[in-house]
Amino acid sequence: MNDQTNAWITAAAVGLINCHNCGLLHKVAQAHACCHRCGTPLHLRKPDSLSRTWAYLLAAYVLYIPANVLPIMVTTSLGSTQSDTILSGVSYLLVTGSWLVALVIFIASVFVPVLKLVILTYLVISVQMRSTWHPRERTRLYRLAEVMGRWSMVDIYVVTLMVALVKIQGLADIDAGSGAVAFGAVVVLTMLAAMSFDPRLIWDNAEKNHE
Amino acid sequence: MTGFVSLMACHECDLLLRVDHSFEEGVVKCPRCAAVLLKHKRHSLDLTLAYTMAGLILFAISNVFPIIGFQFERQSTETILLSGVQELLDQNMRLLAGLVFITTILAPFTLLVTLLYVFLPLKFNRIAPYTAEVFRFTSALRPWSMMEVFMLGILVSVVKLVAIATIIPGVALWSFGILIFVLAATTSSLDPDLVWEKLELTHERSN
Ligand SMILES: [Zn+2]
Ligand SMILES: [Zn+2]
Repeated sequence: MNDQTNAWITAAAVGLINCHNCGLLHKVAQAHACCHRCGTPLHLRKPDSLSRTWAYLLAAYVLYIPANVLPIMVTTSLGSTQSDTILSGVSYLLVTGSWLVALVIFIASVFVPVLKLVILTYLVISVQMRSTWHPRERTRLYRLAEVMGRWSMVDIYVVTLMVALVKIQGLADIDAGSGAVAFGAVVVLTMLAAMSFDPRLIWDNAEKNHE
Repeated sequence: MTGFVSLMACHECDLLLRVDHSFEEGVVKCPRCAAVLLKHKRHSLDLTLAYTMAGLILFAISNVFPIIGFQFERQSTETILLSGVQELLDQNMRLLAGLVFITTILAPFTLLVTLLYVFLPLKFNRIAPYTAEVFRFTSALRPWSMMEVFMLGILVSVVKLVAIATIIPGVALWSFGILIFVLAATTSSLDPDLVWEKLELTHERSN
């Protein structure tokens, strides 16, 4: 396998651009043109990949604070109000004995967003430092970050359903809190960050080292 | 499927490689980064169409019937998907309502409709106008359709509420459950190459 590594040639190295929609190859001279099979604008790499990914990541980091500090759900029951943040919701579930649900929410709302932010930040930095370390593993990390992010939406859906269901006249009422908005924004921003990142950049550095 | 060998580049690591398209079923993975480059399936077109239509029917059922009912002493509420969004709007949570609406209603529905738009004419050996643009839109929508995550949200809510009240599962709960599998089956049976090959043929004929 190792001697094959050096024989690997990329499309960019021989002046070809891959249409990211239909996969048709075009000559680089046609850059800023559109794919003549499907009409998608052609780019050698995703445009401004690193700066866009950074912008989304930084915005996600900033909003991560209100997402965890502000309540995501406010319960009014018999005149008393109780505000729940993401973490207090998890600990409440632990106390009431549904540890499985507590675990699901903990993984989806705390573990996954943090892991996704860490992975993407690491990937962007590793590309900027021109790292050649294990490109295959880093591509795998990228795919992991890409598929798991959506599961963080679970808490948002739970809040939506609770709000719609628990409306007992004079007894209990549930309102969505502003923390839920911030948290939803964090999920969307990390998804956009993952979409803006171009995994081919990982391999571009690995190649330069071979030459 | 026409048997031919073509030059293509991996979309995740840009490796240039020669790929033989003339296999009936299976996947071709990039030898360098293991990304899936080609995916062929027997009866791909028929399966995609069948799953898409089943998906649309299930989607309609899931939106018309209540997901769960909540009963506390003599009071009861029922929720359909849209009423959750409506309630968030009433509480002035527009962004949140929008996010839930897009990820559980708009994106999955548009996904199914655009798939039908692209693949149904193929069945009759035709190609719909703007197929390439519509299909590009379909691919862009995919990450925003989060039905399976919503299903997990329903299950978590049920466990949370069972402690304080009686929960009655609604028709939409079951149709949702099936819809998740149908959507997954649609994705796995779909072969984008069918669209591009047909598009190429039409281009050649018109030139
Ligand atoms: Zn194209
Ligand atoms: Zn590859």
